[in-house]
Amino acid sequence: MRYLALFILSFLFWLLLTLDVSVANLITGAVAAVITSLLFARYFFDRVYKFLQPVRYFWFVVYLVVLIWECIKANLDVAYRVLHPAMPIKPGIVKVKLELQSDFARTMLANSITMTPGTISVDIIDDYLYVHWIYVRSEDPAEYSRQITGRFEKFIKKTFE
Amino acid sequence: MDILEILLYIQIVLSASCLFRIIRGPSIADRMVAIDIFGVLVVGICAILSITTQRSFILDIGIAWIILSFIGTLTLAKYLSGKKLNE
Amino acid sequence: MVSTILIAIGVLFNLIGCIGLIRLPDVYNRLQSATKCGTLGTCSILAGALFHFGFVDAGIKALIAIPLLFFGATAAAHALVRGAYHFGVKLGDKSVKDDYKDAVK
Repeated sequence: MRYLALFILSFLFWLLLTLDVSVANLITGAVAAVITSLLFARYFFDRVYKFLQPVRYFWFVVYLVVLIWECIKANLDVAYRVLHPAMPIKPGIVKVKLELQSDFARTMLANSITMTPGTISVDIIDDYLYVHWIYVRSEDPAEYSRQITGRFEKFIKKTFE
Repeated sequence: MDILEILLYIQIVLSASCLFRIIRGPSIADRMVAIDIFGVLVVGICAILSITTQRSFILDIGIAWIILSFIGTLTLAKYLSGKKLNE
Repeated sequence: MVSTILIAIGVLFNLIGCIGLIRLPDVYNRLQSATKCGTLGTCSILAGALFHFGFVDAGIKALIAIPLLFFGATAAAHALVRGAYHFGVKLGDKSVKDDYKDAVK
């Protein structure tokens, strides 16, 4: 099942990349996709039936819109800190408790945190995510957990878990 | 088309300013950050160049550059943390 | 016209990222500025190329490059900041908090 899903995905990627439906091109892409799926399917998702649930795609679009908005805000925030003459930075590494369970959802949360204003994820040890924050706003763990992960956690839970 | 060429020159100067950090960086980690961002900026140069010259194969070079720079940065980061590559 | 505006915005973001790369004090802050601004700036340039070519082969290539660049740059930044910490690069003088030090031991 995993082999089939990865084969379809890599074959679609090949078709998008070349945009050519001649027979020779299709055979080349199919051979490359078979080799890819044989080599790498054991690192792919366990439960591939999640690709067939349409409500996840709706939440994925909502998540993309939120992510792009946060990206733009992050860039304006960096611009303010870099161009300000006194450079208002107060960096530190804080520890945030994770609510998500599956590995892929945790990866997506770490990626999203890297693109949000002022934060970059460092490591995951057990159930804790370590985040480098360019301006530590509060000392209270519940408060900064809400500020860092609260924006994305519910969308990622609905999309990827 | 004229504005695009000015933007292309600005982007080239920006990648040259990354070279400043590669040469001057106090530690190895600074140099690696600069190398990573240099790769991203070169992809931007490829995209603008493909518009000004109207040739689409330059975008292929950009895609290959993204993947190679990603693998190179991962290798350098593994080297920094002192681990084997298969961990 | 739209593509020129998108490319100009992208070059402006890249400019801010490079200023941050040169001006900020230590490795972690430089990585913050460079990753965020470099990634969104180059994604904006590629979106400009997509608008210029339309949905033909060159435009589709620019569209494919956007998610590749996004995930590649974030994962590379994550690996770099972890590698720099394990290498022994200290946090800067202005830092106020370090929870990671206890966990690495």
